[in-house]
Amino acid sequence: MLFLNNNVSKAVITLMNVIVVLTPLIGTIFGVMFYYNSKEFTELLLAQPLKRTTIFIGQYIGLATSLSLSLVLGLGIPFLVYGVIESTVIWNFASLLLVGVFLTFIFVSLAFNIALSNDNKIKGFGIAILMWLLLAVIYDGVFLISLMLFNDYPLDKFSLIACMFNPIDLSRILILLKLDISALLGYTGAVFQQFFGTSLGMIVSFLVLTLWIILPVWRIASKAKKKDF
Amino acid sequence: MIKIKKLNKNFGKVEVLKELDLTIIKGGIFTILGPNGSGKTTLIKAILGMVIPNSGDIEIDGKSILKKYEYRNGINYLPQIANFPGNLTVNELIEMIKTLRNKPTKEKELIQLFRISPFMDKKLMNLSGGTKQKVNLILTFMFDSEIIILDEPTSGLDPVSLIQLKKIIQEEKEKGKTILITTHIMSFVEELSDEIVFILDGKIYFKGSVQELKIQTKENNIEHAIAHLLLKENV
Repeated sequence: MLFLNNNVSKAVITLMNVIVVLTPLIGTIFGVMFYYNSKEFTELLLAQPLKRTTIFIGQYIGLATSLSLSLVLGLGIPFLVYGVIESTVIWNFASLLLVGVFLTFIFVSLAFNIALSNDNKIKGFGIAILMWLLLAVIYDGVFLISLMLFNDYPLDKFSLIACMFNPIDLSRILILLKLDISALLGYTGAVFQQFFGTSLGMIVSFLVLTLWIILPVWRIASKAKKKDF
Repeated sequence: MIKIKKLNKNFGKVEVLKELDLTIIKGGIFTILGPNGSGKTTLIKAILGMVIPNSGDIEIDGKSILKKYEYRNGINYLPQIANFPGNLTVNELIEMIKTLRNKPTKEKELIQLFRISPFMDKKLMNLSGGTKQKVNLILTFMFDSEIIILDEPTSGLDPVSLIQLKKIIQEEKEKGKTILITTHIMSFVEELSDEIVFILDGKIYFKGSVQELKIQTKENNIEHAIAHLLLKENV
């Protein structure tokens, strides 16, 4: 890809499209699979003098960190070899990796939530995949259709709020704001930029992404405290 | 001493434990008997904090254990089904559990006793059911704790290991430990237990020694005595 484009900035954009869709999928599937697979292990640990939240949050952090690390190393090393450090887009590239890490943490926590609430493996897997499909694909479609249907109304606020509710949209906007390519921003992105401006927009979207981690993790902890094994 | 007060637990619409009261004094072997699905394992898991009761209280040595975890340092638990993470070796598993509790262990003699040493570097998923149960027993007995809870300890064991197990249980009893056992093997009950707790439909129907059970039911054979209890309560 790098050799075809011969332009790191363009490569970052292409990669963004891959990362924004694929890291959530990988995080979701690994999260659900890991939880169900380590169930026996969890039961073994539960009989030991350990706090429940320690066990589950520990498992979550362990999995999310290793997935993030594989993303950062897997993408980082080839780009380092190519010489991204000397190029001007190093910060764009870094923000891409950062968003990838955020998405991994978000979707692993969502997957853990789903797995904790469903003892039936097949059901848990189904819901997890459906959640990914909804956020990655269907959400955008519904969003676009609703924008077209209600074209006559002022939709700025609605679309702003709507993209807050989808971490994938939010990450995409974040990267595009960073890259400063207004042509690719799309409707929501443009509204976002207009509303917040580039730097404030980035801070706000980062805060919302952090919230997207904190809330599910908090639910993991509270759910784990009440569950029977 | 374990004191259970008015313990209730539902799984959905099914009431597993109903207003269960039980006091287990310190020292001795207590067998918990009851038909399948009577709530034995649920009761044990409630003591361990793995099942969270709907209402009621459990106290160990006068302190409520609900929502706490440190007390588990004083409990050795043998789960009913030996489910271990398959990708670990026996050695790694034992070392890992050892690091979780800062207590002296005696796993070496247990490994010798159950003749597990040839399997120490094998992965757990490659072990047979009986060998897994032996690993399970080693993990349970390697710590020196006041309370020992065994859920179906005999399943899958060969006769030699069964004799070893009985010996270990007797030894622990002589050290003044409180031992809770659930089992369906009546000869095991008759041989070991100081007191029988009979649970049916989440309630305690009988608590007393083997002798008392025989007198109350007017049966000489413990198997018949238990069957008598079951039939009488079902009519």
